[in-house]
Amino acid sequence: MNPPLVLPPVDLRPILPMLVLAVTAGLVLVLDLVPPRDRKDHLGFISALGVVATLVVTYWMTFATGGAELRAFRGMVVLDGYALFFNIVIGYATGLVLLLSMDYMRREGVESGEFYILVLLSALGMMLMASAGDLIIVFLGLETMSISLYVLAGFFRTRLEAGEASMKYFLIGAFASGFFLYGIALVFGATGSTNLDRIANAVTAGAGKDPMLAIGLGLLLVGFGFKISSVPFHMWAPDVYEGAPTSVAAFIATGSKAAAFAALLRVLLTAVRGAPVDWPMLLWVVAALTMTVGNVVALAQLNLKRMLAYSSIAHVGYMLVGVVAGGPLGNGSVLFYLLVYTFTTAGAFGAILVLERAGQEAVRLEDFGGLATRHPLVAVALSIFLLSLIGIPPTAGFVGKFYLFGAAVKTGYVWLAVIGVLNSAAAAYYYLRLIVYMYMREPEGAPTLMPPSLSGALALVVALWGVVQLGVAPGPLFDLAQAAVLPLLR
Amino acid sequence: MAYLLTLVTFLPTAGAVLVLLLPRRQEGITKRVALVTTIVTFVVSLPVYFAFNPTSADYQFVEQRAWIPSLGVTYHLGVDGISVLLVLLTTFLMPLLLLSSWTSVESRWKEFAITMLLLETGMLGVFVALDLFLFYVFWEAMLIPMYLIIGVWGGPNRIYAAIKFILYTLAGSLLMLVAILVLYFQHGAATNTYTFDLPVLARFVLPGGLTQDLLFLAFAVAFAIKVPMFPFHTWLPDAHVEAPTAGSVILAAVLLKMGTYGFLRFCLPLFPQASLHFAPWIFALSVIGIIYGAWVSTVQPDIKKLVAYSSVSHLGFVVLGLFSLTPQGLVGGIIQMVNHGLSTGALFLMVGMIYERRHSRLIADFGGLWKVIPAFSALFLIVCLSSLGLPGLNGFVGEFLILLGAFQVDRLAAVLATTGIIFAAVYLLWMYQRVCFGEVTSEANRRLTDLTPREWAVLLPVLLFIVWIGVYPTTFTAMTEPSVQALIAQVQSKAQATSAMLIPR
Repeated sequence: MNPPLVLPPVDLRPILPMLVLAVTAGLVLVLDLVPPRDRKDHLGFISALGVVATLVVTYWMTFATGGAELRAFRGMVVLDGYALFFNIVIGYATGLVLLLSMDYMRREGVESGEFYILVLLSALGMMLMASAGDLIIVFLGLETMSISLYVLAGFFRTRLEAGEASMKYFLIGAFASGFFLYGIALVFGATGSTNLDRIANAVTAGAGKDPMLAIGLGLLLVGFGFKISSVPFHMWAPDVYEGAPTSVAAFIATGSKAAAFAALLRVLLTAVRGAPVDWPMLLWVVAALTMTVGNVVALAQLNLKRMLAYSSIAHVGYMLVGVVAGGPLGNGSVLFYLLVYTFTTAGAFGAILVLERAGQEAVRLEDFGGLATRHPLVAVALSIFLLSLIGIPPTAGFVGKFYLFGAAVKTGYVWLAVIGVLNSAAAAYYYLRLIVYMYMREPEGAPTLMPPSLSGALALVVALWGVVQLGVAPGPLFDLAQAAVLPLLR
Repeated sequence: MAYLLTLVTFLPTAGAVLVLLLPRRQEGITKRVALVTTIVTFVVSLPVYFAFNPTSADYQFVEQRAWIPSLGVTYHLGVDGISVLLVLLTTFLMPLLLLSSWTSVESRWKEFAITMLLLETGMLGVFVALDLFLFYVFWEAMLIPMYLIIGVWGGPNRIYAAIKFILYTLAGSLLMLVAILVLYFQHGAATNTYTFDLPVLARFVLPGGLTQDLLFLAFAVAFAIKVPMFPFHTWLPDAHVEAPTAGSVILAAVLLKMGTYGFLRFCLPLFPQASLHFAPWIFALSVIGIIYGAWVSTVQPDIKKLVAYSSVSHLGFVVLGLFSLTPQGLVGGIIQMVNHGLSTGALFLMVGMIYERRHSRLIADFGGLWKVIPAFSALFLIVCLSSLGLPGLNGFVGEFLILLGAFQVDRLAAVLATTGIIFAAVYLLWMYQRVCFGEVTSEANRRLTDLTPREWAVLLPVLLFIVWIGVYPTTFTAMTEPSVQALIAQVQSKAQATSAMLIPR
């Protein structure tokens, strides 16, 4: 007689936030098929509620577990304070994007249930990347996220740029995945495992000297480089942002970057910490190049979506400064900055997408001429987001940069901090140019309109709240971010 | 009294919120609410003067609360003899500026009022903050309202001027941010207390040598841009000329003082040895600024530009006094900051008044104004004389003390700087002569109207203090002396302590 099949007890708590998202996605998928078929508003709201529930679960688990580590599936999924912090970032990004999309997608005539499902599934992939305890799970999350985003980027099916965006994003993403997978293979070859902890043990035991590990790590960094769009792997970003729906561009800029940073930091901090590869030096150069190239090219952009694309590249450079600096302060400031950046960038994209001019999206600089007289509230909101992107106090962007550059100074990378602040000064020019258009020029030609959008307004209010609150009282969330990285550094 | 400084600093913000809630159509009410807010702020700030203990060198009205505990950032406010007059100068000028803008600002009064009120909070915050982080927050946050004032309500070339202003100042202050961080971590590593608290950091003896020199330079460049010292002055003429009258006055009277105040409050006590090391260079740049500013002023065809360049010259005197590190020089420098705020502020106000009537600022367009508008011309003469340092008016007191201080340290610099006073007489009186004396050259000038009651109300308070400081400066200098003495003692003892650490330069 065969022994009874004993299933190991599966602890579902480590994937609870993701489960909530998955259930919501399933629910929306079903509801999409039942009446009312002609309106999709309710699907958007249900999706947004699902995200709120995910955030609530995440906050609850943060306080209930105190950031203690939960593992499932033989250590493949880890839910610790670090993953929970990223769940918060990704949750806010997803929620803001959903709110911004509802009226926007209907206005553009492409409203559909799939959109919300894809956003939710993409967020699921992002959270999986943040919780990955194994390179295979990192890859799984990466693909779940990316494939949804490829479709989302091309959602304006009838437009030429959308096709270009989707195709370019897909091809380059596929390249990146290839590099990434090859990297995993080489790391596995050198250490005999794909589990991050076991890789770490093997590395300290001597596998670190294996050149195969260095090559594998290099390939992994290339894959991550594509996803966070650091120089020299940034070329896709402007075209994709320009062609993708604006809310999706915001999602790519915030959520997908946060997820890629989450996996990148976890791999660097846990798996290959003991490797004798001087990756801070390498990232030093990448950080300096990324912020400089991003800012310099952004200076020449007249299309706001392209400008924000280059600006997002520059901000990746700033965040890499924190990675280079390392330690609780450096890594904590990267986490904190990702949260700040999510509110700021989602807000900036949001303030752009609530406007339209002559039936088109208002994405050119001249569409914003004299906006302050026509729509003073949107102008004020967008100005605050731009000031946060520059890093002017008392906005969150200032505090975020303060922590990043502070970490760099602390660990002796003073010159990198100097490059960073000089970049910030140069970047001020192109952000301020938009403020110049809004406040110091008169409106010309067809008026820029703001179609009423309750959800869009709500998203802007939430983003503003984030930018102001993190700017005036950054203490609690920064402490949370720092506490989240501490266990990884042990 | 415990919350006095918080109240003074944030009353304008409360007023700005109130204005924000007012309907746009009610322009008259908007103006009055803004004006009343600034007047109330001034009245509330008076106890800062009257309850100030002039015999103490300590910070007074101190408030300190934790803000970001994990970084050691505190909400720390306080004033001493160095900052008290600047706080009062700011609150004193703001109502006058709103009054002067009553008709000259023609569009978007609501936004104008909000911006001015937020700017006031920023400026006051800079002068009362005793925590480097808090100071930096106010220092940067204040740039945006000023940028908007130049860019939205300015002259034809306003956008260029506004961008130039903000990029210049931003570049300088961001380098200062890095220096603040370096100082923070150096202090933290040495003492194991991580804090941005200025009084604590000022007691810390930083090792001499390259680090201190670089830190000093990072701070000094930020402040030198703001002052502005030669050769960092090129943003100033553009910003001054394009800004509306109220903006020009704020720039001259308060914003430029932030640079000199920064030298005094941060550079000298934090980096004493580097300050002494670089003092000769700063002396040289100041003297160049004094003479160059005066020469360039002389040839300006535009009155406003002339006054703008004269600021470069006058602020050169202030920096000269500060870096003489003598009691006379420092007291003179501080009082001259106030004097320049009053005199140059009044000059800009009067240029604005004449521009509002005639829509021209070119000297060549005027002539014989005394015959048409005698009251204006008479007050203009007093203000010009105060600016060029006539004894009996305020400018003389400050410049005399500064030269007294500088002479003890560097005779050549003092002698060269004295020529700046002579050139000031040249450019101001020559300008005055062409504008007010002689025959009425242009028909358009015959119909000019003399000062209105509102304009009298703007100018008379300023004139009162111009004469008061000129006749009896002790009312104001007495408050600054203990703090100045303490500062000099601190700089010298710290510089000695640094030298005693025997670190080769």
